[in-house]
Amino acid sequence: MPNRFIYLDHNATTPLHPEVKNTITDMFDVFGNPSSLHTVGRIARQKIEQAREIVANFIGAAPDEIIFVGSGSEANNTVLNSLSCPSQVCRLERNLRDEIITTSIEHPCVLETSKCLRERGTTVHYLPVDITGKVKLNTLKELLSEKTALVSVMYANNEIGTIQDIKAIAEIAHAQGAFFHTDAVQAVGKIPVNVKDLDVDFLTFSAHKIYGPKGVGALYVKRGTPFCPLIRGGHQERGRRAGTENTIGIVAFAKAIEMRKQEMSDEAVRLRRFKKMLIDGIKYKIPDVQFNGHPTDTLPGTLNISFAGAEGESILLYLDLEGIGVSTGSACASGSLEPSHVILATGVGAELAHGSIRISMGRENTTDDIYYTVSALERVVKKVRDMSTTYQSKLV
Amino acid sequence: MSNQSGWLYSEIVKDHFMNPRNILRDDENFVADGVGITGNIKCGDEMQFLIQVDKQKGVITDCRWRTYGCASAIASTSVLSEMVKGMKLEDAYRITPKDVVKNLGSLPEHKIHCSVLGDKALRAAIDDYYRRNGMNEKIKHEEARVICQCMNVTDHEIEDAVLEGARTYQELQERTKLGTVCGQCQEEATELLKKYIAKHFGDNRK
Repeated sequence: MPNRFIYLDHNATTPLHPEVKNTITDMFDVFGNPSSLHTVGRIARQKIEQAREIVANFIGAAPDEIIFVGSGSEANNTVLNSLSCPSQVCRLERNLRDEIITTSIEHPCVLETSKCLRERGTTVHYLPVDITGKVKLNTLKELLSEKTALVSVMYANNEIGTIQDIKAIAEIAHAQGAFFHTDAVQAVGKIPVNVKDLDVDFLTFSAHKIYGPKGVGALYVKRGTPFCPLIRGGHQERGRRAGTENTIGIVAFAKAIEMRKQEMSDEAVRLRRFKKMLIDGIKYKIPDVQFNGHPTDTLPGTLNISFAGAEGESILLYLDLEGIGVSTGSACASGSLEPSHVILATGVGAELAHGSIRISMGRENTTDDIYYTVSALERVVKKVRDMSTTYQSKLV
Repeated sequence: MSNQSGWLYSEIVKDHFMNPRNILRDDENFVADGVGITGNIKCGDEMQFLIQVDKQKGVITDCRWRTYGCASAIASTSVLSEMVKGMKLEDAYRITPKDVVKNLGSLPEHKIHCSVLGDKALRAAIDDYYRRNGMNEKIKHEEARVICQCMNVTDHEIEDAVLEGARTYQELQERTKLGTVCGQCQEEATELLKKYIAKHFGDNRK
């Protein structure tokens, strides 16, 4: 057993970057309300606006196109609610278009919100994906019409890592006059993302997935795009998101992004190499495995694996006892009986979906971590399969 | 490390999860007098229970099991397998998930349904034993009773919904679609809901 816990769940959240920690401690005394006109307030305001520039610059946006929010979920909720707001002013802004198209593999914050909008009368379509997790563009073209207000497709999937062809999808949406949003929480800071190049209207990202603090996210809103605030009652963020700004969080977010600028591309190369080592090691040591997601258009550090005859939560908890932290989207871990909606959507059968785990690597992982993980997986999967009703050479 | 920061479940659960007792091994020649299987791989769990019986005394002398299931299913069935050894068939037949959970210390509420598999598989194994030995009259048929005529929902489905976490009539409706047409069954369904919550999650002292 290694002398430290091997954390392989970076898609869930990441540890703070040491530089971000320093920034946070430095910021403890910047307590002013950024809206105050006196010196103390102005210091806080200046810090936030500096941060906004750094954050905007990182994705190719202008500072006034960035709205700081409390989380990626809040940003996604904001966009969906904004483009389905039933007020006549909002409807006119989007040329009386009322339908939303999204996908079957979105994060629950999009799926649950769109489900609620549906109950309130908005027409919502869910795009299917192929076996690799790529959205079916033909279906998108068929569903798009002069009624479509918004198309929302996640950039990179949190569970299987599949990266969508966002530029192409945005183009298809725009050709029909619809606005386009992408939930890029898993993409920004891991792969290069530029809003001008992609030509998206809305883009969601978050600090805690890239070694920043929890509780702060950002929403890019292209100039001139219709917008309706989710949280009202203040002039903050140019009236687009009320509530006194999370000064420390926002400044720490910008620091995390500055560090990403320096580390992202080298890290991506390293994580891709680790992923190949994992795949090769697992293939060599463990029979009857399946790798879920896209073979090449995928996040550098994300690997989703199904083990036939072995239930995911058991694997997760045995690995935890071996000092390794992974995750599973399957059944019992979340307390529901449903296996991962993402893996099911790719057409993988229920049994393999129940037996899937996600490994998501990050900046602190080492080659030794990978070797140890392969050997631990070999032990654990064998143990789980030995007691399995469905993975036996003979069933009594 | 994980050990120091406390585990997801109780220490007893952890112990049984790490070292499950009476797992059926491929290389042993366990001759079973009764075999029961329950659950469905599509739902994410499946359980197989095998028993050896002293026919004179009607006592379970040994048992084995296998599962495709989560940590709770593994731990609770491991505990169950220790409980039933030396137990009379009639007594083993009456073991409830609550008895198993009591022996486990505790289990989070949303995981209780995972512990149901073990005793169901055990009952199926005992039924199998009765069947093999011409004792069919001992098999208790738990006939399901239709409560909601419109949506064809039975009392068993209501019990399952409770085990999976339904606590209010609304939650019961969400899970089973019961009472969503004519709504006549609301009163009876509410009574059953209370009954099953008390049965599975009620105060142990009662």
